[in-house]
Amino acid sequence: MGTKVMKRVYLVLLFSFLYVPIAIMIAFSFNSEKSRTIFGGFSFRWYEQLFRDEMVLSALALSVFIAIVSAVLATLIGTMASVGINRMGRISRSVTLNISYIPILNPEIITGVSMMLLFVVAKNGLAGLAESDVGALAWLAKNLLGIPSLLITHITFNLPYVLFMVSPKLRQMDIRLYEAALDLGCNERQAFFKVVLPEIMPAIFSAFLICLTYSIDDFTISYFTAGNRQTLPIAIYAMTRRRVSPEINALSAIIFFVILAIILVANLRERRGAYKGGRILPAGK
Amino acid sequence: MKHKTKVISVLLCLTLVLFVFPLGVLAQEGAEAGDSPIPLEPGYDYTRFKDAGLTLNVYNWGEYISDGTDGEHIDVNAVFEEVTGIKVNYATYETNESLYAKLKSGGAEYDVVIPSDYMIGRLIEEGLLAKLNYENIPNFSMIGQQYKGRDYDPKDEYSVAYTWGYVGIIYNTTMVDKPVDSWGILWDEDYKNDILMFDNSRDAFAIASRLLGLPINPENTEQIDQAAAALEEQRPLVQAYVMDQIFDKMQGGEAALAPYYAGDAVIMNAANPDLSFAVPKEGTNYFVDAMCVPAGSPNQEAAEMYINFMCETAVAMDNSLFIGYSTPQLEAEAAMPPEVRDNPWLYPPAEVLENTWTFNVLPKELNDHMDTAWNDMRTQTGAGGWIIVLGLVLAVAVIVVSFVLRARKKRQNEY
Repeated sequence: MGTKVMKRVYLVLLFSFLYVPIAIMIAFSFNSEKSRTIFGGFSFRWYEQLFRDEMVLSALALSVFIAIVSAVLATLIGTMASVGINRMGRISRSVTLNISYIPILNPEIITGVSMMLLFVVAKNGLAGLAESDVGALAWLAKNLLGIPSLLITHITFNLPYVLFMVSPKLRQMDIRLYEAALDLGCNERQAFFKVVLPEIMPAIFSAFLICLTYSIDDFTISYFTAGNRQTLPIAIYAMTRRRVSPEINALSAIIFFVILAIILVANLRERRGAYKGGRILPAGK
Repeated sequence: MKHKTKVISVLLCLTLVLFVFPLGVLAQEGAEAGDSPIPLEPGYDYTRFKDAGLTLNVYNWGEYISDGTDGEHIDVNAVFEEVTGIKVNYATYETNESLYAKLKSGGAEYDVVIPSDYMIGRLIEEGLLAKLNYENIPNFSMIGQQYKGRDYDPKDEYSVAYTWGYVGIIYNTTMVDKPVDSWGILWDEDYKNDILMFDNSRDAFAIASRLLGLPINPENTEQIDQAAAALEEQRPLVQAYVMDQIFDKMQGGEAALAPYYAGDAVIMNAANPDLSFAVPKEGTNYFVDAMCVPAGSPNQEAAEMYINFMCETAVAMDNSLFIGYSTPQLEAEAAMPPEVRDNPWLYPPAEVLENTWTFNVLPKELNDHMDTAWNDMRTQTGAGGWIIVLGLVLAVAVIVVSFVLRARKKRQNEY
């Protein structure tokens, strides 16, 4: 009896801890006042302003663009690297993996500053190499800091997460499955795409989602490498001197519901797939 | 069921598309250069870069330009793009120091930046600003004489004033009975826990220094130590050290007294008429934020065009009304609605401003000393420390209780 109540209380506490702040934020996105403590009445004012605020919208567009492109590229590169690392000998494999994990442990601010220094040096080097003001080198020197540098940094800090998720899945996989595919007439490429890839697909997909999240979230590293662009977190941070506009509440509320909807749909589809295929447990277990 | 999910997916895709759609539409605006939707000074050729495909990188404070979101004032950058055909890449920062770091490190290139007075002095000293060609900025003539030739740029070579203001005390008339005319009231025991204080070293030290009759720009470490001692003494009375949280706290009546900028006092007063504003007799800090062009900007002439545009009467007025800070552009000041123009907080009589000083660049040694003293003072506050302890105790208690309960249950099951 006591435990049951305790469990309930614990659960309620835990979930309210997670969701009450979001609920308050959503409630205040409908506030007619600019205040964060006084609720003046219901209005869509901040939603209207949000869609008129070109700066916030373009910062959002940049964030989303960088997140998607860097997540796709990081997942691709990371998966290829995992496959390669998996074929290595035991010692070189563990050495390579451990080295790749270091960026995760490294404080973000160090990654950010060192990346910025790298880009500044590269930019000056490129500008020196380019003999005239036109041409690919000169263009790169001029435009390196901005979207290209953001993309490179985001791919860099996303890569370890892909290795982290895909490598164990590859090692878990029964090598005999792959060998069987070869025996049954696949060539190596076919065996990879028809047997290995479907087996590790869930890990790749989770890695992709994690990359997306980390990329959209990132403030510290982007702050140093964004050049004269700004991502959404940087734009929000810059408002703190005057006031963070309630437009941000409205934007966060929209993002929350979009993500919630995506998760719901993904879950529904997964369930449907599981019943339809009559395959509730993953194969090979 | 199947159809339902499909419908949901389609709907979701549509939401996403709708979500991103306005971006494209907004980007299309300003493609046509030429006609201006606002009145401009005659005789200035705003269209000379129309077909050059230029992009101007502007770096400004957050929430510090009229962006048209309130539906009453113009979207300055959009109108500039429309009039000139030059694209504006607009980004924002939160402190002078982060602007400085960006310019110093070479981590980004900008064409127009808007630092405050002391930071302009430092940037000039380190050769990070370009000398302006004022022939391209004829509207500079409409900037008031009192905003020119200030200490940070004595010969008016590098900067054009954008906004100005000063620090005073915002107080709630229903909570404060004593006359508010001195910084001393922020040290008054009667208002313990009703006082808010700046959460940035330079502004906080300026207040303590004036209270003690010391200069706003400390000359030696002893003066800094004296001011730090005064701040230390004030600490038990302070409810919280805040920056933008001040709006909510003062408007909500959670605090009685707080030092802040005059323009923000007007905004707070509009939300809560009980709030009033006073300038202490000991004098205060006066600031100017001014537009500059960083050295090495590849588009200096276009940048000067942007600065000139910002000094157009219609633009300067909308910027000032949107931001809430005073404008140095005299024509714009004259054209303001009377309730703004005659507001003594925004445009105070000359004698109020006589007793004010701008911040200067501090030598590195003093700057570091101030930062250390400030951090020492702030880290000793222990505010919230007990919450961490409480949290730890609660966590331990929960773990112990759950262990005990589990052990008991296990014992029961054994029988």
